[in-house]
Amino acid sequence: MKIASLQDLEKIRVEALSSLKLREESLRESGGETCGLAKGTEHIQILTCGGTGCKVSDSPKIAENLQKCLEEFGITDKVEVITTGCIGFCEKGPIVKIIPDNTFYTKVKPEDATEIVKEHILGGRRVERLLYVDPQTRETVSDSKNMNFYRKQVRIALRNCGLIDYESIREYIARDGYTALADCLLHKTPEEVIDIVKRSGLRGRGGAGFPTGNKWEFARKSQSDIKYVVCNADEGDPGAFMDCSLMEGDPNSIVEGMTICGYAIGAKHGLIYVRAEYPLAIHRLQIAIKQAHELGLLGKDILGTSFEFDITIRYGAGAFVCGEETALIQSMEGKRGEPTLKPPFPAVQGYKKYPTNVNNVETWANIPIIFQKGPEWFASFGTEKSKGTKVFTLAGKINNVGLIEVPMGTTLREVIYEIGGGIKGGKAFKAVQTGGPSGGCLTKKHLDIPVDYESLTAAGSMMGSGGMIVMDEDNCMVQVARFYLGYMVHESCGKCVPCRIGNKRMLEILDKIVDGKGTLEDLDQLENLATVIKDTALCGLGQTSPNPVLSTLANFRDEYIEHVVDKKCRAKQCMSMLSYTINPENCIGCHLCVKNCPVDAISGEVKKPHVIDQSKCIKCGICVSNCRLHAISLK
Amino acid sequence: MDNMKLSCTAAAKIDEICEEHGNDAGELINILHETQKTFGYLPHEVQVLVAKKLGIPVNRVNGVVSFYTFFTEKPKGKHIVSVCLGTACYVRGAEKVLDEAKKVLGIEVGQTTPDGIFSLDSLRCVGACGLAPVVLVDGKVFGNVEPKNVSRILESIDPTA
Amino acid sequence: MEQNKINLTIDNRPISVNKGTTLLDAAKTHGIEIPTLCHINLEGTCVDNHPTSCRMCVVEVAGRRNLAPACATICTEGMEVHTNSIRVLKARRTVLELILSNHPSDCLICPKSGDCDLQELAQKLKIHETPFAGGERSKYEIENSVSIVRDMNKCILCRRCETMCNDVQTVGAIGAINRGFGTTIAPAFGLKLSDSECTYCGQCVAVCPVGALTERDNSGRLIDDLFDPNKIVIVQTAPAVRVAIGEEFGYPAGTIVTGKLVTALKQLGFDYVFDTDFAADLTIMEEGSELLDRLTRFLDGDKTVPLPILTSCCPAWVNFFEHQFPDMLDIPSTARSPQQMFGAIAKNYWAEKMGIPREKLVVVSIMPCLAKKYECGRDEFKVNGNPDVDYSLSTRELAAFIKQANINFEALEDSEFDAPLGASTGAAVIFGTTGGVMEAALRTAYEFYTGKTLEKVDFHAIRGFDGIRHATIDLNGFELKVGIAHGLGNARLMLEDIRDGKSEYHAIEIMACPGGCIGGGGQPLHHGNVEILNARQRAVYEGDKSMPLRKSHENPYIQKLYEEYLGKPLGEKSHMLLHTHYFSKSK
Ligand SMILES: Cc1cc2nc3c(=O)[nH]c(=O)nc-3n(C[C@H](O)[C@H](O)[C@H](O)COP(=O)(O)O)c2cc1C
Ligand code: SF4
Ligand code: SF4
Ligand code: SF4
Ligand code: SF4
Ligand code: SF4
Ligand code: SF4
Ligand code: SF4
Ligand code: SF4
Ligand code: FES
Ligand code: FES
Ligand code: FES
Repeated sequence: MKIASLQDLEKIRVEALSSLKLREESLRESGGETCGLAKGTEHIQILTCGGTGCKVSDSPKIAENLQKCLEEFGITDKVEVITTGCIGFCEKGPIVKIIPDNTFYTKVKPEDATEIVKEHILGGRRVERLLYVDPQTRETVSDSKNMNFYRKQVRIALRNCGLIDYESIREYIARDGYTALADCLLHKTPEEVIDIVKRSGLRGRGGAGFPTGNKWEFARKSQSDIKYVVCNADEGDPGAFMDCSLMEGDPNSIVEGMTICGYAIGAKHGLIYVRAEYPLAIHRLQIAIKQAHELGLLGKDILGTSFEFDITIRYGAGAFVCGEETALIQSMEGKRGEPTLKPPFPAVQGYKKYPTNVNNVETWANIPIIFQKGPEWFASFGTEKSKGTKVFTLAGKINNVGLIEVPMGTTLREVIYEIGGGIKGGKAFKAVQTGGPSGGCLTKKHLDIPVDYESLTAAGSMMGSGGMIVMDEDNCMVQVARFYLGYMVHESCGKCVPCRIGNKRMLEILDKIVDGKGTLEDLDQLENLATVIKDTALCGLGQTSPNPVLSTLANFRDEYIEHVVDKKCRAKQCMSMLSYTINPENCIGCHLCVKNCPVDAISGEVKKPHVIDQSKCIKCGICVSNCRLHAISLK
Repeated sequence: MDNMKLSCTAAAKIDEICEEHGNDAGELINILHETQKTFGYLPHEVQVLVAKKLGIPVNRVNGVVSFYTFFTEKPKGKHIVSVCLGTACYVRGAEKVLDEAKKVLGIEVGQTTPDGIFSLDSLRCVGACGLAPVVLVDGKVFGNVEPKNVSRILESIDPTA
Repeated sequence: MEQNKINLTIDNRPISVNKGTTLLDAAKTHGIEIPTLCHINLEGTCVDNHPTSCRMCVVEVAGRRNLAPACATICTEGMEVHTNSIRVLKARRTVLELILSNHPSDCLICPKSGDCDLQELAQKLKIHETPFAGGERSKYEIENSVSIVRDMNKCILCRRCETMCNDVQTVGAIGAINRGFGTTIAPAFGLKLSDSECTYCGQCVAVCPVGALTERDNSGRLIDDLFDPNKIVIVQTAPAVRVAIGEEFGYPAGTIVTGKLVTALKQLGFDYVFDTDFAADLTIMEEGSELLDRLTRFLDGDKTVPLPILTSCCPAWVNFFEHQFPDMLDIPSTARSPQQMFGAIAKNYWAEKMGIPREKLVVVSIMPCLAKKYECGRDEFKVNGNPDVDYSLSTRELAAFIKQANINFEALEDSEFDAPLGASTGAAVIFGTTGGVMEAALRTAYEFYTGKTLEKVDFHAIRGFDGIRHATIDLNGFELKVGIAHGLGNARLMLEDIRDGKSEYHAIEIMACPGGCIGGGGQPLHHGNVEILNARQRAVYEGDKSMPLRKSHENPYIQKLYEEYLGKPLGEKSHMLLHTHYFSKSK
């Protein structure tokens, strides 16, 4: 069936709403009474998380077992199993949620399925051992709305993620999906559409934060019969999966967002450039596109108007630089992903030399709701210059690893300590890295800065696409800088001199420092090179690649100095500066270590303390695991 | 040049893939993806045939193949061991896991064991940062891996399967 | 304020330029030379490379976060540009140091030394220290092909050769492979030029700013031969050499130094100094006759006759169609190139006449061309393994050899080519430029076809630098349509039209190098200055004008050659010695 009018759309919405109402209500109301068929609940939905994190921990098997169990009990008419996108709290995954009481089960195993069905679904009793325990209060929390992890979050881009069945466009429509498109096509001129996007204050979520409405306006003003709308789904930041989760959890919102843009700028073609490493996301996008076609929401005469729009998928092939929009365009044209000079900007000359509007996945996901709820509503979140929310993947040495969305302006402290639950294992916080390899490492003194484009940049980092990695005292900041730079050297396209050779030279200097051969002059050289590379590199990759080095040099200079002057690594990560030694107090001279050392570096008389000959020791660490008295340690 | 001689059916398959994409050089990357899926890797002959079919210099095909890390010109082992080197995994010690994997397999990243059983790769975030550091074997994820678990994971793989 | 004018300041000086001007060009108008490495734009031809990859040309633009590449940044109203601020100087220096840190310090033994843009920049910026030396260096094997030497250790990835080979020549033999620090320019799979579709046109060499691409130097071999008392060594010099070699000795581009060139060659010890122009006249006799032959047969109703006929005197072009258009091998003329016609005549007619046994005779050619080095070695041009032309030296190699021999070129008297293979007409002189072969052919074909004397020998319509040019010539009422293409990309367009049956021409001249042989890969380097090519072209036409004879068939020695030896054009002997056949090189 094709949707040819508002009425058709509304009909589908109402039909689909019955299934979704339960979940929508549970979003609002606090889950009081535990539900259960025994208690008279008539309709129960079990949500299992189908996000990557949970999926790899066997969540599909959980869903399968739950379904079997329901069949065994013959209650499939009353209870449904629905697989959703990432529910957010990946650290505690796989997650299973019971609707309508909103019970949140964590670390569920496939074999727990029977118990959940028997106890909760049939009996109306929660499975206590699967509930989340608040690390501070030690109390169990059953409703996610009451968890610190969720309390400070505002889910706008992620509004449907973890709530709806990502393979069902009808559920998407039930959540007011495609009403924005209908509204634009039927009631607004392209100029009005652009004006609303402008008024929302939405800025690009791909990193640079360029105002989205202005970008669309440029593309609209470029004269051409053919124009393109591109979704940048290359998600290059290693250690981030926001875009992946969005595509997996709510692909329809991206399709709708792009279609609205197509109408606004006068484009008929949409392209999604997606990392080939995201097969699941690709699959779900394909389904969303197919279903939209079936309903006449893509293709010709959309919603009974003369507007036509189509979306095809292009694959990346493993090159971070292809996230950069000009490189992305080259890549989509079947070429090496080498960036080109801007101007001309893609809005003037992009894919196949036609005007092209490129936006990030999360930017697209924000578009429909801006029209549903109005630009003023959207702009009521966030700070003066950074409106709305931002999705982050919070990861690293933090208790609550997961996918989060917070209003712009939330402080790093709130994110790390309230949502993130603080540092793992009670260790000391050392740094938080935002902006991926283009960003910087911030320290304790930055914890109270608000997360927005300007503040992060001012602090020497950047918003980036939304990776947020927390580090503790065990992380060596020189090594962290080297890690990022190593990544950039690997990902440099090699076109321009400063990035191709300069980053390599910087990496060599960092290698030298980690090897214990660094000098103070090396630090100056690093700074000099970093400045010149930023100043002269051709594209955003090179222009930002020195940021992790510069920010660690600025914020952790003492660690660098320790490395080059004292030859010490306080995090005990740089092997060159560490050695295995035997504590004579603990050593009983059992000789076990001697027998196992591959290079005969240990000697000593039986029953007397042994010693390690440092000139021979290759630091393999075998002796440590052999000594039952823990007499050997790395210092 | 590679010794692998392409059979007629292989050549026909390449024709078919290119055909499906309208013999459009702009679709080169999608074409190479499918070709690699078919052959497991992209030997020189295959690249030459793709170039011919699309009417572009083989140099351009090779320039693209050698640019993107996803494409490989060498056959891969039966089992692919990938260590996630995304930042979340890195800060939780992925590098040491990788070192251990290199040691156990006796190969570097991008190489294949001489018996053709294991290939070692590194990759970026797979979206399972909650389980960091993670190792994938043939796409199956092992989470919270410590260096000392690496050999156990590898031993659990049936080399003949 | 004038319309279409942009006002800005560069180094605090107000400048007004046309809309669309780059900062580089704007600065140049005020004598400010911003160093460049990757940028090259031969205006008027299709050669334009601005990948903005070397970052040598960065300048400071007020209000901009980072530095801007002057070579590709377009001037905008009110721009405030600084080309020599401390920030710029420091960045420029560091960038150069970085390039040098991945470059061998081989200047003393580098073929490009003294003519190398990188070396000049290092001197200009007074780089005496290499702060990043000790870092990893790229390591590639050097390839010594028959025409070109590739030493990618010296490549700075300016990508000019890639642009040349792919965009201008549309050969696609070389291009970037791999990524990041491992990026290099090479044929597919890092193989050799000889495994690729390279035509040896040498255009990549002509634009390489460093010693990464250079010619295969044959001067060592020449020294051995010249000093071998058992050998008779004769030399032929191509038409385009005489208008360019002067540049190597400080003459302005476009100075014709034929007389001095001949003297220098004599002083170097060649036994006879001949002229490829002689063979150029011969080529016209054969090629022109072939055109008329095909045309007459065609007009007589034989529709199987392949038309248009394509010239075949450029060996890179021959390679091109052998690789890329193997289905159209019957279309080009079968006439050999002037170099090979000369060799065949020298080693047969002349050697017989002089009583010199083939093995004793060494024929050397001086060519603007690198493809000719390859051509000498083609099997069709060998008799029992002995080539008609033993080897070829480029204009640059000869100049270097003259300097090496302590010859003060400027002080040389003029002298004349030796007879008989040194005589030529103005028609042969213009072979050196694009359009020249066609014009020369028209002069002869006109008279052969119409039986009338051609009064106005200059065909202005087909002169110039446009990539594709055409003209219609009235031959007694028959409208002969001719086309000219230079640069292999333009040649491809012509060939595709022919293949699609869209070509209206009867004859097409094709030269592989932009500008023809005056822009050949063996010529003194133009370093991106298109004026040099223009000046050489002007010189070619002046040279033609100054000749007493302007039509090939009027060359008395050519007439004598036919009388004494060849019989008639396209005759049996001509066929054996002056024509050839082509092979498919398609892989
Ligand atoms: C090296 C580099 C990598 C980038 N990677 C991405 C990416 O993975 N995803 C993305 O959306 N934008 C990425 N960008 C930003 C894009 O160039 C572009 O600005 C963005 O897609 C525009 O969309 P937005 O305005 O919605 O943010 C990257 C930029 C650079 C310089
Ligand atoms: S900065 Fe790096 S990635 Fe960007 S063009 Fe230069 S070499 Fe390529
Ligand atoms: S670390 Fe290894 S080499 Fe060193 S003493 Fe212990 S066992 Fe021997
Ligand atoms: S194994 Fe431990 S206790 Fe035994 S000799 Fe070695 S260091 Fe001493
Ligand atoms: S290429 Fe230039 S800089 Fe390099 S060694 Fe040769 S002359 Fe010197
Ligand atoms: S300049 Fe100095 S180093 Fe160079 S060749 Fe002359 S003497 Fe030697
Ligand atoms: S000689 Fe000509 S064809 Fe060969 S690589 Fe150079 S530009 Fe290409
Ligand atoms: S070989 Fe020469 S022309 Fe080609 S990229 Fe390298 S330096 Fe430039
Ligand atoms: S145009 Fe002249 S110089 Fe260039 S390849 Fe042809 S013959 Fe040689
Ligand atoms: S993947 Fe399940 S909560 Fe994130
Ligand atoms: S960084 Fe390894 S899974 Fe995310
Ligand atoms: S000359 Fe401008 S970047 Fe190379």
